[in-house]
Amino acid sequence: MIARIKQFLGMEAKPDKLASQEEVEKVAEEKAKLRIGYIHLSGCTGDVMSLSENYDILAPLLTEMVEVVYGQTLVDRWDIPEMDIALIEGSVCLQDEHSLHELMEVREKAGLVVAFGSCAATGCFTRFSRGGQQANPNHESFVPIADLIKVDLSMPGCPPSPEIIAKTVVAAINGDMDYLQPMMDLVGYTEACGCDLQLKVVNQALCIGCGTCAMACQTRALDMTDGRPELNENRCVKCGICYVQCPRSWWPAERINQDLGL
Amino acid sequence: MVLGSYKEITLARSTDKLIQSISQDGGIASGLLCYALDEKIIDGAVVAGPSDEMWKPKATVALTSDEVLAAAGTKYTLCPNNMVLKEAVRQYGLEKVGIVTIPCQTMGLRKMQSYPFGVRFMADKIALNIGICCTENFSFESLRTFISAKAGVDFDLVEKMDIGKGKFWVKTQDGLINFPIKETHGYEQNGCKVCLDLVSELSDISTGSIGAPDDWSAVQVRTDIGDSVFKQALEAGAVETKPIDEGKFGLEMLTKLAKSKKEKAMKVIDERKAMGLPVPYKASSEKEDPLANI
Repeated sequence: MIARIKQFLGMEAKPDKLASQEEVEKVAEEKAKLRIGYIHLSGCTGDVMSLSENYDILAPLLTEMVEVVYGQTLVDRWDIPEMDIALIEGSVCLQDEHSLHELMEVREKAGLVVAFGSCAATGCFTRFSRGGQQANPNHESFVPIADLIKVDLSMPGCPPSPEIIAKTVVAAINGDMDYLQPMMDLVGYTEACGCDLQLKVVNQALCIGCGTCAMACQTRALDMTDGRPELNENRCVKCGICYVQCPRSWWPAERINQDLGL
Repeated sequence: MVLGSYKEITLARSTDKLIQSISQDGGIASGLLCYALDEKIIDGAVVAGPSDEMWKPKATVALTSDEVLAAAGTKYTLCPNNMVLKEAVRQYGLEKVGIVTIPCQTMGLRKMQSYPFGVRFMADKIALNIGICCTENFSFESLRTFISAKAGVDFDLVEKMDIGKGKFWVKTQDGLINFPIKETHGYEQNGCKVCLDLVSELSDISTGSIGAPDDWSAVQVRTDIGDSVFKQALEAGAVETKPIDEGKFGLEMLTKLAKSKKEKAMKVIDERKAMGLPVPYKASSEKEDPLANI
């Protein structure tokens, strides 16, 4: 996996035959722009809207650092081209043949597949689907994309914040694998629920009542009662953000020290 | 480095007489927040404010010095300050938030800043984080139980609680009652047992009573932000400092207690790992410095 990112980012490109300076520069120029595709499965478009909220860096990002090579509404192209990174938004509907095909094809064409947002990563809100609705009553079963294909990075969030999207794209461009490691680790976290706090933190004698989960919850399904998270199941969309942000689920100490200059 | 990395360690206290009279030790958290509010370094602060119930804090957004002072003093029970950060930024619309946190809350805050997965436009709103030293914390019922059982007083009569010199102190109108801090063991919340951080190693400025004489705080200035705010407050005369005693009641004591908290926690972490229980930290065999907060 790491080798693949490095390969795609040109980090392993060894200039063994330095024919000319021009050629090296040409390679550098070609490698510089990361080809990104955006694939829209069963999601609400909120994730890509969050991406576009990076006003400060969006223009240089799109003009200098990345090239969006595929994406409904973004690029006028029907066939899926080769790409370095595929941002896949939405879970995949098992009854939707087109989605299944697209997903499989993207896996073949993309270097890195990112489960972009909680629907792709954990199923999120689509986990509640039972079918029997318009426009297609037969569309009943929605699963996170990692159930069907190998996913390289998981970026949960409903939606993921503009900041984490920017940080991730920049880390990918820089080949900053340390930053991306937690997202690789989160790929296996496909069955999420607010009750994970109780099961995986409180029941495991790890909760310290800091309130980070309740702050992170994007639907305000969490409150703190007697120093412990209390879940309102009626509001929980199973995005997994509460558990992902909990300081007791995983702990990126080195990165934090680095970010703080400590 | 059992005290985390820091630029400066010193004794300090607020110069404000009112703050001195109501704060826990040197009034550094209150003093710095009031100063930062006055100077518009922050436009509000998340603090452990009062609730309807005596000694039960409520995470609160303070917009004025008066509201900060209403939160002065230590409450030895859980107060989920991080939760209210969202309120401070969204409802109150604050752009520069000060927040007082104990070590575990500091860790939640910093993780959110480095990896703001679902936390939109909040990471950059934290203008000042004051970390409080913490040995352990208690659920409200634990606190009430051991105060009434060990000190034999009703909660409503307690004027101040303090931990120091190996004892838990309870001040009432009639005097000072104490019992060994050891007797509170078994009441502390379980999550504290794997905590490797006594001194809020990741805060901008951390403060606590350990290693400081009465009415002073031992302060560690850690980040550039912390350095800048602390220097300004010092220059403005909002706080005063004096060198920390290097000896056994000063730095030596702080170092000893920080180390002992880490050693105790590492033992539990290693035991948990051996049992196959989850824990977010590395086992002692997995890290270079077995006491590092990683």
